[in-house]
Amino acid sequence: MIELRELAIGFDGTEAVRGVSLEVAADEWTMLIGPNGAGKTSVLRALCGLIPYEGDAYLGGREVRALGRRELARLVAFVPQNPVTPPELTVAEYVLLGRTPHLGYLASEGRHDRQAAARALERLDLLPFVERSLGSLSGGELQRAVLARALAQEASILLLDEPTTSLDLGRQQQVLELVDALRGDGLTVVSTMHDLTLAGQYADRLVLLDRGAIVAEGPPVEVLSPANLAAYYGASVRVVSDEEGTFVVPVRR
Amino acid sequence: MATVSAETAVRARGISRPWRLLAAALLAGALLVGLGVGPVGIGVTGIVESALSHLPFLHVHSPLGSVQEAVLWQIRAPRVVLAAIVGGMLAIAGSSYQGVFHNPLADPYLLGVAAGSGLGATLAIAYGHVGTSGALLPVAAFVGGLTAVAAAYVLGRSAGSVRAAGALVLAGLTVTLFFTAVQTFVQQQHTNTLRDVYSWLLGGFSTATWKDVAVAAPYIGVSSLVILLHRRVLDVLSVGDEEASSLGVNVARLRLLIVLAATAGTAAAVAVSGLIAFVGIIVPHTIRLLVSTSYRAVVPLSLVVGAAFLVLTDVLARTVVSPGELPIGVVTAFFGAPFFAVVLRTSRSMR
Repeated sequence: MIELRELAIGFDGTEAVRGVSLEVAADEWTMLIGPNGAGKTSVLRALCGLIPYEGDAYLGGREVRALGRRELARLVAFVPQNPVTPPELTVAEYVLLGRTPHLGYLASEGRHDRQAAARALERLDLLPFVERSLGSLSGGELQRAVLARALAQEASILLLDEPTTSLDLGRQQQVLELVDALRGDGLTVVSTMHDLTLAGQYADRLVLLDRGAIVAEGPPVEVLSPANLAAYYGASVRVVSDEEGTFVVPVRR
Repeated sequence: MATVSAETAVRARGISRPWRLLAAALLAGALLVGLGVGPVGIGVTGIVESALSHLPFLHVHSPLGSVQEAVLWQIRAPRVVLAAIVGGMLAIAGSSYQGVFHNPLADPYLLGVAAGSGLGATLAIAYGHVGTSGALLPVAAFVGGLTAVAAAYVLGRSAGSVRAAGALVLAGLTVTLFFTAVQTFVQQQHTNTLRDVYSWLLGGFSTATWKDVAVAAPYIGVSSLVILLHRRVLDVLSVGDEEASSLGVNVARLRLLIVLAATAGTAAAVAVSGLIAFVGIIVPHTIRLLVSTSYRAVVPLSLVVGAAFLVLTDVLARTVVSPGELPIGVVTAFFGAPFFAVVLRTSRSMR
């Protein structure tokens, strides 16, 4: 579904990402992990056409650069770490914005678009909130509204940049469970992830980035080794693994 | 599956019927007041019947005498119509600058567009000998206005992030001051040709003719239409450049197109009416406050309410110191500056 070949991204002469090659299968949830400044977000931004890159990036067999902006937006939905949520917009209006890539340039939403938005709202249990303003929602509800907008895009690839930041533990789990459930509907998910314990439980595959390059890749149990985390995060951890997942526990030095 | 009722609940708020009717009534009322008030008083029925008598096949007889007819259709009507299209244009331009610059303080005057257009027009009159109501005047004004808005945008960006509302306004002010200085210099050099430029700069409709309307209307019509057609896309911009872009909007192209349209319309307005400040702040923000913050409401209502607002302001300008006249720019600034202060205060919390 996604294929990167020797992806390189530079900002003002410095290379933020270099030589990243990666394949993500359909319906898979891949998480990009790594210390701050490793280039995780840059990879996501390149995939949805927000920043230029060198090398090749294929989505569903088509090179990102060759796709028009609207075409790309029908293929990939991107949820940034801190989405702009104008407080006076209603949930319905906000989710309808997700239909933008499907609308003619000057057209307004039709019946089909409202149905798609209603489906996304229902999927995220937001139907009782349609007429509420974004400013009146709690953090967890707001995050669901943002996901609903991405879902209304009806793209087959979902890119999430740190979907759990600024949520409490319970809401973090809720959001990740939701994304996991959406994956069952045929959505390929790539996300960045700060929290390694959550990453170890929800990801099919982890990609560990350090200073712009892939240094480890594979199932969580392989990537989240104490040796890797010491080498790249400078962290001292104990890793517990059982049939429910891989758990990273920080240990006092 | 989502139910039918859910689907009908999922829609963007437009303009509710009461607001539509109110806006239409406001404009109609303003036009009647504008046509009726003056040294020669003309009643509402007189205006309506006289208007109908000019339409074919109705066989309505005008109750007005020939002097009243002339006052109504050769003096007041062009003045009122010009004030209406200029007011609508300044308001819709203000709302669209606010949308594309993510800046609640953007206004054609504060961005320097008006000063740039004024300088462009002055240069054309002084060196190009196009006359004060030539068809080329809006083109010269457009070039000047576009230069000003580009300069203000580049300067504002380098001074602060695009979202810092104050930076853009300060940049616009800088551009305005500079262009005004050049303007004054040119005026001093050409005191003969530019005798009327000073009064023209203060803004006003006292010399309005149907010819002025004909010069400005095409530009204002096309500009407003372009902006009206983009009202939904302007809403998409409210989630910021990056997310709008990831939703498939070509943000740079959209911004350029809207700025070109708003500037062309503003330039035409300035060319026929001089510098009139704050309409682009007062009208859109009042609509946001009362009706909706969605551009689907703000843009069309700005056009209608802006027209009504400037017609009424013009009535005020020509009646408060009657038989003399206040420059209309003075009146809009008198109401607009305090209003701007309020917007400035609230915009701090908006970001």
